[in-house]
Amino acid sequence: MEGDLAHIGAGLAAIGSGAAAIGVGNVAGNYLAGALRNPSAAASQTATLFIGIAFAEALGIFAFLVSLLLMFAV
Amino acid sequence: MADAAKEGGLVFHPMDQFIVKPLFGDGAVGMFTFTNVALWLLLAVACVVALMVLGTSKRATVPTRTQSIAELAYGFVYKMVEDVTGKDAVKYFPYIFTLFMFILFSNFLALIPMSFSPTSHIAVTAILGFGVFFAVTILGFVKNGVGFLGLFWVSSAPLALRPILALIEVISYFVRPVSHSIRLAGNIMAGHAVLKVFAGFAAITVVAPLSVLGITAIYALEVLVSAIQAYVFTILTCVYLKDALHPSH
Repeated sequence: MEGDLAHIGAGLAAIGSGAAAIGVGNVAGNYLAGALRNPSAAASQTATLFIGIAFAEALGIFAFLVSLLLMFAV
Repeated sequence: MADAAKEGGLVFHPMDQFIVKPLFGDGAVGMFTFTNVALWLLLAVACVVALMVLGTSKRATVPTRTQSIAELAYGFVYKMVEDVTGKDAVKYFPYIFTLFMFILFSNFLALIPMSFSPTSHIAVTAILGFGVFFAVTILGFVKNGVGFLGLFWVSSAPLALRPILALIEVISYFVRPVSHSIRLAGNIMAGHAVLKVFAGFAAITVVAPLSVLGITAIYALEVLVSAIQAYVFTILTCVYLKDALHPSH
């Protein structure tokens, strides 16, 4: 039964994906709220939106990577 | 993973699709072995060449479908470089456009069933990411000399805070290539692994229709993610390039 703790750890690391989801949701939601208030400024900010999403998502991917390492490399 | 297979139940290996294998024979993978990664990287290059060189070779005034796709991609990235990095950075456009097309086609070709996704390997994306990192750092020092270090010295902050901020800035600067490359590899790898997991569920008769529906939905999402990740990689390259050209805060 070796490696069981590693699997638990991998599951715990996957919580990070949920945290990243909160982050991405925050970015997109706030963008939408701002865009609906001032639609004329929305188009110029899509690049910023994607950069923000990318930064938020990267940390979720790191959590996913830790989870993968625990599953297959430890 | 091997344990799970031995203990019965579902037998599928979502990560097996990422194994690097030699195409001819089954010897060890050496420095110059022609592997499946090499094949799909070459195919991506061939597709980019076919689209950009052959597609636009006629230079028709009324563009054909291929030519308008090429023009659309060109215009899209050109505008992005101009908007994000500034007019003076347009001379670095060829590098950024090459990166964009290469990643876009690697991602899209990987979506063909039974194909291989080279961008799911950190080894591939790290070369791209660190290439950008070194190019941008060297360019920054060449263009601005020691003034490039002003990137780390936040002159708008209170003086007492600046050393701490400088430390944080330096750390975040060196994490950039890591996150830059892992973001791309992680997204593609995660997406393809999820597809394979759903495909594994298709073996159970009860949930098979749901699973096929799931695969279809995730596949559509993956098409979107492929394009978005190529876009994000390129736009971050533009942002880093802007930092190198105009380091002052």
